[in-house]
Amino acid sequence: MGTHVIKMPDIGEGIAQVELVEWFVKVGDVIAEDQVVADVMTDKATVEIPSPVSGKVLALGGQPGEVMAVGSELIRIEVEGSGNHVDAPQGKPAEAKPVEPVAAPAANTPPARAAVAAPACQAAATATAAPIVPRQAGDKPLASPAVRKRALDAGIELRYVHGSGPAGRILHEDLDAFMSKPQTATGQAPSGYAKRTDSEQVQVIGLRRKIAQRMQDAKRRVAHFSYVEEIDVTALEALRQQLNQKHCDSRGKLTLLPFLVRALVVALRDFPQINATYDDEAQVITRHGAVHVGIATQGDNGLMVPVLRHAEAGSLWGNASEIGRLATAARSNKASREELSGSTITLTSLGALGGIVSTPVVNTPEVAIVGVNRMVERPMVIDGQIVIRKMMNLSSSFDHRVVDGMDAALFIQAVRGLLEQPACLFVE
Amino acid sequence: MQQTIETTLLIIGGGPGGYVAAIRAGQLGIPTVLVEGQALGGTCLNVGCIPSKALIHVAEQFHQTSRYTEPSALGISVSSPRLDITRSVAWKDGIVDRLTTGVAALLKKHGVKVIHGWAKVLDGKHVDVDGQRIQCEHLLLATGSNSVELPMLPLGGPIISSTEALAPETLPQHLVVVGGGYIGLELGIAYRKLGAQVSVVEARERILPTYDSELTAPVAEALKKLGIAVHLGHSVEGYENGCLLARDGQGQQLRLEADRVLVAVGRRPRTQGFNLESLELKMNGAAIAIDERCQTSMRNVWAIGDVAGEPMLAHRAMAQGEMVAEIIAGKARRFEPNAIAAVCFTDPEIVVVGKTPEQASQQGLDCIVAQFPFAANGRAMSLESKAGFVRVVARRDNHLILGWQAVGVAVSELSTAFAQSLEMGACLEDIAGTIHAHPTLGEAVQEAALRALGHALHI
Repeated sequence: MGTHVIKMPDIGEGIAQVELVEWFVKVGDVIAEDQVVADVMTDKATVEIPSPVSGKVLALGGQPGEVMAVGSELIRIEVEGSGNHVDAPQGKPAEAKPVEPVAAPAANTPPARAAVAAPACQAAATATAAPIVPRQAGDKPLASPAVRKRALDAGIELRYVHGSGPAGRILHEDLDAFMSKPQTATGQAPSGYAKRTDSEQVQVIGLRRKIAQRMQDAKRRVAHFSYVEEIDVTALEALRQQLNQKHCDSRGKLTLLPFLVRALVVALRDFPQINATYDDEAQVITRHGAVHVGIATQGDNGLMVPVLRHAEAGSLWGNASEIGRLATAARSNKASREELSGSTITLTSLGALGGIVSTPVVNTPEVAIVGVNRMVERPMVIDGQIVIRKMMNLSSSFDHRVVDGMDAALFIQAVRGLLEQPACLFVE
Repeated sequence: MQQTIETTLLIIGGGPGGYVAAIRAGQLGIPTVLVEGQALGGTCLNVGCIPSKALIHVAEQFHQTSRYTEPSALGISVSSPRLDITRSVAWKDGIVDRLTTGVAALLKKHGVKVIHGWAKVLDGKHVDVDGQRIQCEHLLLATGSNSVELPMLPLGGPIISSTEALAPETLPQHLVVVGGGYIGLELGIAYRKLGAQVSVVEARERILPTYDSELTAPVAEALKKLGIAVHLGHSVEGYENGCLLARDGQGQQLRLEADRVLVAVGRRPRTQGFNLESLELKMNGAAIAIDERCQTSMRNVWAIGDVAGEPMLAHRAMAQGEMVAEIIAGKARRFEPNAIAAVCFTDPEIVVVGKTPEQASQQGLDCIVAQFPFAANGRAMSLESKAGFVRVVARRDNHLILGWQAVGVAVSELSTAFAQSLEMGACLEDIAGTIHAHPTLGEAVQEAALRALGHALHI
């Protein structure tokens, strides 16, 4: 199946714009060659636009009443045969001949692709005599046994071959034409998929612009140093599931995040240089007593980082519910400015989408970000035995200007120790 | 233990599927061994298609001649004809002999080694035949099918299958045919024409349940005219004291005096008795499951014909056999016919090729259906058979012909034209635009197409 595009024809008189008056077809309609698809109007006359091909309407290029530039896309039709070829229209009335776009105005955005419901007045247009119906998806290609055998011998799938005979029957001539066509690079039959040449411009505004600036700023200033360690979370998961089983109804469900927060809180006691912000213009590092954990969250419009304040003072369930509340608020764009600033360290997790390794970007002016990768069951060797353990990687980045590699590594190892022996999270 | 025979292709079963595969393989230079336990030609040549058609011919000749003992519009009169059924059967056996000998000669000509004996499958590459080990690269299963037996009517004595019905030593007084499908009706009609009283008992509510009632109506009428009693909706309960017992849906018992009972309730793929189970092939119901290349779930083990399920037709098996031989010879082939004709040699005959109107509408196709009656065909009149019609089913949008059905005397020969038009992808205009010879039954084919286009000439 290929795509045939009819462009707004030049109706003459040197006019660059034409008003679309009425559609006679709608998306999904099967149309015959020469069937009138639309009426367009110049200052002087209304002109019928016939289709030079038979096929199925894929998209309409505009709505009735829209003024369209000559050369812009009027209608898109799925036609039988190779998708890489737009058949040249054959023997059309002169006025319907597609022409090159005449100085399409630069500001003219592409017409909406959305299906436009056309008035259902197809009237007599469909009652054409010539019964040429394009092959529908799933239809068996029609060919005589001799043609079928020849195609099998040549390794050609007939469903890719255009049939020019009655009812779309594939003739020996069609096979000849197909075989004489230059094959694609791999020597395979054409894919049957149309090439796409469309593109879309999206303005970088609002939150997106903010994110772009922040990311660029972080990458320019911070000397990123990433460190990945794998954590055996089998025990932690067992604990989490047990707590959920017992207290889910009364205290709410625990995800992994509150445990990670707790691990950061405990580990950071020994690594004050990591729970810090670095003002590189003033050349001052501020080490924070409070642990305000930024929780990277995907909102509708982009990345947001709501802040779990004073995580060091929150209980497991308290932190859990606060994280839940913040995430909901951020996603629905209801988080306050207060809730979106002031973090001292950031946690980023994509859950099941976490991958095996990531290289998170430090949320300046912080100096560390801890990324959570996907949890998977993997065979591990413990005491010479292969056992199945739940494994999860932590991919963390640090500002190497102020955090030494050794400290970063020791910090992550401390976090690992806490997570692998979850009792330590709570034993003071 | 004899020395192992090594071959490229080993075929189990010498029926129309197996022997055609063997001939084609021989033509392609593939070393081939064919194992047959009974007689070359299988069910088709020995106890199926061919002998039944021979018997039907005898019956028809006798029936026509008998008609002329009464005053005839044709002006023919004869004194009462007599039938020597022993000679009829001998004549039929002569035809069968000639054909099976012909098959043997063809196999020999193409270098196929035929081994007589019952095969026992050891694995996908090894088969034993009476202690003779054969090793092959490709194993082709063409074991055909068996008649289905009814537990309450065990074969033996007066209870016979189609095999015995095709070689009668005497004619029964009253034959009861259990099963109103094509085998039962073909033989039932033949026996009636040979002079026996015939009754048909069918569990379902229609004769020839696989065909639509429009097609079967002329056959039902002919049965009535011949004096064949048809008992629909009756389940058979058994045979005792010279009576067949059946019961209808309301529990009403039916007793039919019968000195012979023909059980013709269908056929089942023959998958038992040669250790096929050991291959653990994927099955499709009772049949071996195959793909579009007739390959089973085991690589280089192939299955064709009745053992691979419906439609159980000799011509399908032959086409599959030919194809498998070509695949083994390294050619790219797929079994993808547009249609396989099914013919019912009742009186009148029925042909169905491609989609019926019902099947087309079930598939959501918008179709034109048109039929042309033989009552308006000159040749049919000259054959004294105005019953029946030709029907065409075509797509409304591009007039592509999807199916043909016909019922009438001698319409089996129209199957050629029907199948060809479907395989060639003909449109109504193609058939309507082909000059069909006058006076022939085939004119009804052209007229059906013309009628579908809205301009039939002779109706």
